[in-house]
Amino acid sequence: MPATAIQATGLTKWFGAGDARTYAVREVGFDACFGEMLYVVGPSGSGKTTLLSMISGILRPNAGKVRIEGTDIWALSDDALAAFRLHKIGFVFQDYHLFPRLSTAENVAIPLILQNRDWDAALKEAMQDLEVVGLKDKAALPPVKLSGGEQQRVAIARAIVSRPDILILDEPTASLDGETGRIIVGFVRRHILTDRRCIVIVTHDSRIYEFADRIVKMEDGRLTGVERERLDA
Amino acid sequence: MPGILKIAYKLLANDRARFVALLLGITFAVFLMIAVTSMFSGTLKRASATVINLGGSIWVMDPSIQTVANTIPLPDYVLDEVRSIPGVKFAVPVYAGAALLKLRDGTYQSANIVGLDDASLFGRPTLIAGHIEDIFAENAFIAVKDSEFHKLEDPTIGTDFEVNDHRGVIVGIAKVASSGLFGVPTLYTTYNRAIYYIPNMRFTISYILVEPKTPADVGTIKRQVAAAGYLALTRNEFIAKISNFYKYETGVGVNLLLMTVISFIIGLSISGQTFYTFILENIERFGALKAIGATGRALVFMILFQAAFVSVTGFGIGVGLCSMVIWLARVYLPDYAAIMTYPNLGLAFGMVVVIAAVSSYVGVRKVLTIEPFDIFRG
Repeated sequence: MPATAIQATGLTKWFGAGDARTYAVREVGFDACFGEMLYVVGPSGSGKTTLLSMISGILRPNAGKVRIEGTDIWALSDDALAAFRLHKIGFVFQDYHLFPRLSTAENVAIPLILQNRDWDAALKEAMQDLEVVGLKDKAALPPVKLSGGEQQRVAIARAIVSRPDILILDEPTASLDGETGRIIVGFVRRHILTDRRCIVIVTHDSRIYEFADRIVKMEDGRLTGVERERLDA
Repeated sequence: MPGILKIAYKLLANDRARFVALLLGITFAVFLMIAVTSMFSGTLKRASATVINLGGSIWVMDPSIQTVANTIPLPDYVLDEVRSIPGVKFAVPVYAGAALLKLRDGTYQSANIVGLDDASLFGRPTLIAGHIEDIFAENAFIAVKDSEFHKLEDPTIGTDFEVNDHRGVIVGIAKVASSGLFGVPTLYTTYNRAIYYIPNMRFTISYILVEPKTPADVGTIKRQVAAAGYLALTRNEFIAKISNFYKYETGVGVNLLLMTVISFIIGLSISGQTFYTFILENIERFGALKAIGATGRALVFMILFQAAFVSVTGFGIGVGLCSMVIWLARVYLPDYAAIMTYPNLGLAFGMVVVIAAVSSYVGVRKVLTIEPFDIFRG
């Protein structure tokens, strides 16, 4: 049985106060293991992104706990939590959020630079990861010169450059055509997922479901079921 | 340079249009602030030209004196009284007044006449042609070769002119540290010739220049002169008094202040607005950095670095541009009175620091309020 990477219990998040209070997530709990590619799926407004933000240490829940490799992340101070995210979690944002004024290699190196690594050493490591995603020859270009799929791969390279244990992908195929989306997620499945890494993907793109180990469904802020269990479960 | 600052630098400098706009804003503001204050400093220096050129540790004058040009003659006994004060090494009279010269071609030209003590010639200028002892020759005057020299028809030794129906002859050409404020040439002669050639009131001493025996005697001399009903100021105090008169009692200071404030507001508006737009454009990226794991401190550091970099660079360019303009102006306009002083540069730098602080404060506030969650929500 693989070790547990993420353990979420009783996660609840609401916005507003009094009569205007709206629950985005209600008492959600689940585990995700190393070596697993977990999808959180559901319609728009179901609370997927809010859940993703809470388990990645970005949005503080009103109730519940998130343990990553045994660490209660919401018990950490702000600075400690930022450092935890920097070292343990990799993010691939829906809109990539690459820096157009930096080169592709510099974009990828950002997490290492935030870790106070030497500039040249960080760029060297970034080049290795650009090679992994097949974009080494575009390292000097600014991201705006790349296609959508290439930008997505740059974002993936940036997410893995600090060797995080947890990788969070938010709607990774939202800005891509169907075929490119499948290629990207298939690539993540084959090359990025390892026994020591857990990948959580929020999506409502059913065309990429085939790459998931497990799919949990959300609706109205609650987990409403498991669409597919782990193959080895 | 730490990596995070390198990122901050590249985000700023690689956004060429905005970077140039920021630099232009700061440069323009610095240029205006320094140009205005330099012109004022130049004017103030020239207003004290007589004091600077004559030297003298202590100047004794009528208490109503506001500038060195507006003399109120002192009775002769004041000179004797000052000479009798313990601690006075020596005291000499000096004449400073205006005269109308009739030049060789028949035209009239106003001039400043400085009459030096006949016995000591204390305060005499450095001669670049002729000999100082020739000042004792008949009708002798020494012309100062400053920016107004040509108004005397570029005289040489031997050139003569008329002053109040007396003949005057140039016996030497001198140089001085500072030209005068009012755009008229200056002639030196002896005190006795000055008061003889130029119509005067009953009293003739414009100022008494005093040299104390020791610096400790200055206080005693000032007190004793005050007890006699007159005013004794050190050279620097007199320069400050003249400066304060122009600053606070003529409206020139208010105009300068207004111009400086306007320059500051222009700089603040352009730079503040551009920097804010720059931050707004990059706000999602700052949010992404925050989500990835950058601390608020690191982001603040980045923004402060960007504001400081653009401010210091703009300040440097502004100072360089202003220096160049002053240099060029002096090439074509010898009368151009502008000097850059350390206080002027300090004032402009202080203003730039305020511009940078305000701009970065706005940026920091914006960046610190961005929630990484908003990045996820898109």
